[in-house]
Amino acid sequence: MLDIKNLNKSYKMGDSSLHVLKGIDLFAKSGEMVAIMGSSGSGKSTLLNIIGILDEADSGDYILDGVEIKDLNEKKAANYRNQFLGFVFQSFNLINYKNAMENVALPLYYQGLKRKERQEKAMFHLEKVGLAEWATHLPSELSGGQKQRVAIARALASEPKLLLADEPTGALDTATSHDIMQFLQQLNDEGKTILLVTHEEDIAKMCKRIVRLRDGVIIEDNVIKQVRA
Amino acid sequence: MFDLDLWREIFQSISKNKLRTLLSGGTVIFAIMLFAILFGLANGLQNTFNEGMGGDAENTIFINSGRTAKAGKGNQVGRRIQFDNALLSTLKDEFKDDIEFITARVNKNVVASYKGEKNNYSLRAVNPDHQFIEKSELVSGRFINQRDLQESTKVIVIGRLVKEDLFKTEKVIGEYIDLNKIQYKVVGVYQDIGDDNEERIIYMPLTTAQRIYGNNDFIDQINLTYNLSMGLDNAIALGTNIESRIKKIFNIEPSDQRAVRLRNRATEANQINQFNSVLTILVLIIGLGTLIAGIVGISNIMIFIVKERTKEIGIRKALGARPSSIQSIILIESVLITSISGYVGLLLGIGILEAYGPSLDKYFITDPSVSTNLVAMATLALIISGFIAAYVPAKRASQIKPIIALRDE
Repeated sequence: MLDIKNLNKSYKMGDSSLHVLKGIDLFAKSGEMVAIMGSSGSGKSTLLNIIGILDEADSGDYILDGVEIKDLNEKKAANYRNQFLGFVFQSFNLINYKNAMENVALPLYYQGLKRKERQEKAMFHLEKVGLAEWATHLPSELSGGQKQRVAIARALASEPKLLLADEPTGALDTATSHDIMQFLQQLNDEGKTILLVTHEEDIAKMCKRIVRLRDGVIIEDNVIKQVRA
Repeated sequence: MFDLDLWREIFQSISKNKLRTLLSGGTVIFAIMLFAILFGLANGLQNTFNEGMGGDAENTIFINSGRTAKAGKGNQVGRRIQFDNALLSTLKDEFKDDIEFITARVNKNVVASYKGEKNNYSLRAVNPDHQFIEKSELVSGRFINQRDLQESTKVIVIGRLVKEDLFKTEKVIGEYIDLNKIQYKVVGVYQDIGDDNEERIIYMPLTTAQRIYGNNDFIDQINLTYNLSMGLDNAIALGTNIESRIKKIFNIEPSDQRAVRLRNRATEANQINQFNSVLTILVLIIGLGTLIAGIVGISNIMIFIVKERTKEIGIRKALGARPSSIQSIILIESVLITSISGYVGLLLGIGILEAYGPSLDKYFITDPSVSTNLVAMATLALIISGFIAAYVPAKRASQIKPIIALRDE
């Protein structure tokens, strides 16, 4: 599913440059649920952004589902994001003037689906996250947990190969966090590959594998016994 | 290609952000309204000038004689120049290709009386062509004709107001009026749209007046109209040619300004045309200025909108929006806001002109209005300017890196 070899990334900071990722090798099979852990500045978010084709590596290979991700123009990058990837963010990133259903339907719009089809699919996924009756509500009328569920529904709507979650529980209380994690575990049980960035130990333990980063290198990569939420 | 979904996206974004839409639209509404009003007022001013030309035929040349200011060909300074019938026929002959109508004028003051009613009037002795130069409209009867001229008949044509002054009955034609103790037969009544004074004049055959007042062939003034087809430049040249021809006939020094005074409507028309074109250029400059100000305003707001929506654009990109889709949303939104609010501004401006136009007569502004042509032009300009205004912001938006946009809080 995911094959990364010797990935390097540095940012220019004025005159000096900051080497964020120093030769990352990462392989993940289909159906895995991987937690990427590390303190802030360890490069975990940068890694996730590169995996999510939101950012580009300076060197190294990245193969996603058999497709080499390299030297993409914006249009191609947009198509790959749309086809391969689903994003869940810490701050939900819903569009505030669109209701829940419209938010979920947005990636389908960029897939070029017809309106009716979009609405049907969006409703299907909203139902899956248990928010069918909230379809016409604006994000501002939803609780944090509900927002994240809408965001997950949106990430799932385009039926991506890989679900990327950047601190999905970072803005939620413990009970809601467990709710969300339970749902993600359920998705993983159904076969969805999930990559999750977190700095919370107990959230990471709910995954099947923990990759630890420090100063741009992987210091630990262990398969663990999953804790069910 | 009509993409209904794209329009849905745009309408949603416009209607969900009312204040923003209102602000950007307001600038354009105001700019275009000002432009329309300004243009209408300038039009009104031009109308006033064009109307000032009305009354007489617009292609008239008036020639008067005076005294010489310079000694020419051995003659004394201060010599009086007297036009006569010979000059009239010379001009008629030599410039016959260019002249449409030509008439002499002899001016007198007379006391007219009819059955006890008595009054002072101006008398003009003229040729038949005079009717067409002065644009006199006959109410009844006929004007002076060629036969009157040849036979020096004692007939007159009176103005509408002369008739109202002297006659209590409707029957006027064939009646005899007494001018300075001599009886003349009324053969016609005319009216003149120019002004009332023109309707207090009595016309008489040129030759009749020449015989009765001094038994000579003197002429006070020559009026003529040129063929309109010749164009302004040729008409101005014609005036100059006639003037130098007359100066030659009377041995007048060519640089003498007083001996022959020629007033050419073509020269005046030329001046008014120049004035009009200066006014048009001025209005266009100001209009263009307001339009540019509007574009800059919209551009500014669009940049702000892009900034404000950076995160949304980032989210859309993360979900798979192509740069072209982001660009077209911003572009079409701007074009839509610009054209609709521009149109509203135009309607407002026209409405204000319609409402207050008639009361501006006393400020030399007649019937201020904006032509349909201009409306069409302005609409096109608005669509183009909406496009220009949003182009840079839209381009910038489409190039926003999703990673940076998502970080933006």
